[in-house]
Amino acid sequence: MRATCWMGKTDVRVQNVPDPKILNQHDIIVRVTATAICGSDLHLYGGFMPTMESGDILGHEFMGEVVDTGRNVKKVKKGDRVVVPFPIACGACFSCQRRMYSLCENSNPNAGIAEAMLGHSISGVFGYSHMLGGFAGGQAEYVRVPFADVGPLVIPEGVTDEQALFLSDILPTGYMGAEMCDIEPGDTVAVWGAGPVGIFAMKSAYLLGAERVIAIDRFPYRLQLAAEKVGAVPINYEESDVAEVLKDMTGGQGPDKCIDAVGLEAHTHGVSYAYDRMKQAVMAETDRPIVLREAIRACRNGGTVSVIGVYGGFIDKFPMGSVMNRSLTIKAGQCHVHRYMQPLLERIQKGEIDPTMVITHRMNLDQAAEGYRMFSDKLDNCEKVVLRPN
Amino acid sequence: MTATAPASLQTGQRSQGKQTQRSTLAKGLGWFSIGLGVAEVITPGVVSKLIGVKNDAKTRKVLRGYGMRELAAGFGILTHSRPSGWVWSRVAGDVVDLASLATAMRTPANDKSRLAAATVAVAGITALDVVCGQRLSSQTPTESGTSSTQDNNTKVIRSIIVNSSPEAAYSFWHNFENLPQFMTYLESVKSTDTIRSHWVAKGPLGITTEWDAEVVRDEPNRLIAWKSLEGAPLDLAGSVQFEPSPGGRGTVIRVHMDFAAEGGALKSMAGKILGTDLGMRIQHDLRNFKQILELGEVTQSDASIHSGMHPAQPAA
Ligand SMILES: NC(=O)c1ccc[n+]([C@@H]2O[C@H](COP(=O)([O-])OP(=O)(O)OC[C@H]3O[C@@H](n4cnc5c(N)ncnc54)[C@H](O)[C@@H]3O)[C@@H](O)[C@H]2O)c1
Ligand SMILES: [Zn+2]
Ligand SMILES: [Zn+2]
Repeated sequence: MRATCWMGKTDVRVQNVPDPKILNQHDIIVRVTATAICGSDLHLYGGFMPTMESGDILGHEFMGEVVDTGRNVKKVKKGDRVVVPFPIACGACFSCQRRMYSLCENSNPNAGIAEAMLGHSISGVFGYSHMLGGFAGGQAEYVRVPFADVGPLVIPEGVTDEQALFLSDILPTGYMGAEMCDIEPGDTVAVWGAGPVGIFAMKSAYLLGAERVIAIDRFPYRLQLAAEKVGAVPINYEESDVAEVLKDMTGGQGPDKCIDAVGLEAHTHGVSYAYDRMKQAVMAETDRPIVLREAIRACRNGGTVSVIGVYGGFIDKFPMGSVMNRSLTIKAGQCHVHRYMQPLLERIQKGEIDPTMVITHRMNLDQAAEGYRMFSDKLDNCEKVVLRPN
Repeated sequence: MTATAPASLQTGQRSQGKQTQRSTLAKGLGWFSIGLGVAEVITPGVVSKLIGVKNDAKTRKVLRGYGMRELAAGFGILTHSRPSGWVWSRVAGDVVDLASLATAMRTPANDKSRLAAATVAVAGITALDVVCGQRLSSQTPTESGTSSTQDNNTKVIRSIIVNSSPEAAYSFWHNFENLPQFMTYLESVKSTDTIRSHWVAKGPLGITTEWDAEVVRDEPNRLIAWKSLEGAPLDLAGSVQFEPSPGGRGTVIRVHMDFAAEGGALKSMAGKILGTDLGMRIQHDLRNFKQILELGEVTQSDASIHSGMHPAQPAA
């Protein structure tokens, strides 16, 4: 089959590889009909995530048709159209039973590596390094999906592929980012990053009752999308001092809730950027916590900072004094996607959210390398790339 | 050898953990040195731009020199079994970096804000180097595991919570023929009578090691302890305890392993097969055990079905 392989930093290629097989009796094989490139894939593309091997198949946002099932699969069957959550979860362990699916204790065969890096392991993730399991990803013609009765959601008639695809990751992730804010009536929610994850966090913040949502980014086309499709108030951080504007907009209080939808590759100007680039270049810190620092300092006293942008390792100059003294709450996590798929599917069916609003590029799987470059360099007003095999 | 007292095992575990932590930090610094060294040697122009010093022939030459120093330190840390000396060479290197950055600050042609940032970065790194150097240097000889015969004794405790009853966990483990299902280094275990069994372990390059073992303590649903018999290529004592977990979370499974591989060449080879990262291996095996009890089988990924490092792709 054809599959998108990570060959090294900023080098992905679509290659011929063996077809996947059933390895565990709860597996299914899915023929992929649509898959997407995620901001998280860009951290692999940029070489920021350790434990990648040349030849690894990428992709954790995908959907398709079930073509084969293991002996113990009960709920899904051949021919079903399914969308698959990016964390791999067993459904039976302590974490799964508490619905913290991205913390599944039984789905990462390389948990030992993750434990060494993070203290404790998290779940396996499709196409996302050996530390997170060494699972082949779904930017391919076929993909093996473990725990088929726990993860995949059967898509009902009347919901298109493009409407369902983002239930695999970015829609639930944006939603969880807003949910972790415990939004109250009257709240102002500031969201850093107007990528697809940020856009869905903004939309969800409104759905969950925010009075005003603020979008922070530097790409005018992304800020325009946030303003026009979601109704967020845009701030371009290249044109104005974000901290000042946020104070000004909130009568000096600061936003009640702040969402970091940027993560470890945040960008900025001036000394602070030079400092973090330097430390990252010499491997003294793995992540650039530029947005995290800014969000913490901006947040209202007693407010909440919700972190859905991905961090991988260590950061420097973390403003703990601001967190502690000002009674801030920080919440974070890889999305527990399984929790949100059904309720968000219902919101899509009711017309409350149109996930297709972020799609700007539709390409053939064979053009994956071009798709990565455009999404990474934000060329051609690229917001989200959907790939289809054939 | 008898089944070991938990107290002594606890000490063994702690010291092993500490040592691993230290070596991990040292290894991190090793890679850091190599990363910086390669950058300075190959692209001194880029590094000088990044840190804000004038990019002329002299600067490039100086940076290249620093790069060689970083590389030497990096390889030293990674390849040496007792890396403290090498880490201190890094500290010396950092002090040189700081001094030259300070000099550059006073030269008008250089970008002050970038330089200031670079100085702060190097200062931070120096502090880290100092800490790591101190921690590695304070390592006691017993912890470094090279000199005394006592050091050939490896003792490890590892535990995991399994979502099942102590009865179910005990009875699965009690059938020793089940062990190879979750203990990755075992090829087979055959029961020869009610307390004795024959074990076959597989090592690298298809080399196998065999021995006989017997159960020395058996408390239904609570504890099983075993040890290898006379004539075994290594002295191995293990025990596993099953206790109800606090909070009704199932059963805590706690494994104690204690083995000595000293003496002849055969013993030391067996020790090498079993002894590498014993704690990590046991933890891995316990995770497999948990998966068998909670799910009925061990979870596989596309990369895990191959032996050794392999891209995450389906096997042909
Ligand atoms: N928690 C999860 O489960 C989860 C799931 C999916 C994605 N993510 C993460 O969410 C993040 C965003 O993903 P995406 O697909 O939207 O990526 P993206 O690259 O499209 O968007 C990131 C945006 O952040 C902006 N940005 C950079 N620096 C900024 C700054 N200083 N201030 C404000 N904005 C800044 C960029 O201009 C860009 O528009 C990534 O880190 C991704 O890994 C997390
Ligand atoms: Zn994603
Ligand atoms: Zn689980």
